[in-house]
Amino acid sequence: MNLPSILLSLLLFAHSPFLASEEARPLADDPVLEERVKAISYELRCLVCQNQTIADSNAGLAIDLRNQVRDMLKRGMSDTDIREFMVARYGDFVLYNPPVKNTTVLLWLGPLLMLVIAGVLAIRVIRSRSKSSASQDLADSDMNRARAMLSESDEKRS
Amino acid sequence: MKVLKFLIPLVVFLGVSIFLFKGLSLNPREVPSPLIDKPAPAFSLPLLHETGSTLSTGDMRGQVWLLNVFASWCGPCLEEHPIIVDFSERGVIPVLGLNYKDNSVNAKRWLERHGDSYSSVVVDLDGRSGLDYGVYGVPESFLIDGDGIIRYKKIGPLSQADIEADILPLIDKYKR
Repeated sequence: MNLPSILLSLLLFAHSPFLASEEARPLADDPVLEERVKAISYELRCLVCQNQTIADSNAGLAIDLRNQVRDMLKRGMSDTDIREFMVARYGDFVLYNPPVKNTTVLLWLGPLLMLVIAGVLAIRVIRSRSKSSASQDLADSDMNRARAMLSESDEKRS
Repeated sequence: MKVLKFLIPLVVFLGVSIFLFKGLSLNPREVPSPLIDKPAPAFSLPLLHETGSTLSTGDMRGQVWLLNVFASWCGPCLEEHPIIVDFSERGVIPVLGLNYKDNSVNAKRWLERHGDSYSSVVVDLDGRSGLDYGVYGVPESFLIDGDGIIRYKKIGPLSQADIEADILPLIDKYKR
């Protein structure tokens, strides 16, 4: 290793302890509380980064909402209270798992419905196919007709 | 029967197209607010310009007013601001600015530079009041009636068209 690269690595490592302590700080307070904050955060959507939960996101709003969750837990509020608080402000959309309601029935039952439709179609297609292969022996007259037509066209071509 | 079989994929394709077309024309950022027709969350916040005094939602009772959430760090606010200035200068209703998670020095400088025609500006330093209003993208605007009920909410910059088509008719409706 030459001198510049050693200096460079020293420079890089000099910063890392600060970064690490910054990241770890909230966990040090109360691990049990943090676990609960995390559990609830995984159920709440970050509204500025819509396909992330507030546990996954580092957006300003996600941090605010996590702090809010932490404060409410400290005040002894239940998970349901916190969910209701969030829904009252941001609507059902804030819940990462949409609730089963009149407006979301299609969302929940849609895949099942598609499976049933696809299943029924598949069964019908399979049945009709096996029926047609079973009736092949009976169609001798048709086969003869087809053969006749094919040889006819062969004759025409030659 | 044969024609029907040929039509099935076409019908399915058209169905899917309609859903996709509808889906793509929607704006996923516009989350329906549960706050419409609900009481506006109460706040009592310090004023930006008059240090030491506060303003609360109770002070606004009995009149229709617009709450405009803004910040000096917010780009789209700059785009919206001339419309807000123009609308508040018309004096139809009081327009209250809520300075959201901002540095007060920056906010004052921003208002000096881009115009300040708010009837008052309150400071929400930690964003708690913003959270109560379900704010997640600045700017946001709320039209609140004399009974303190939220009648309209816009996420993102207000346009002149929003004012003419939505806000003015609602003001007429709820003004006493």
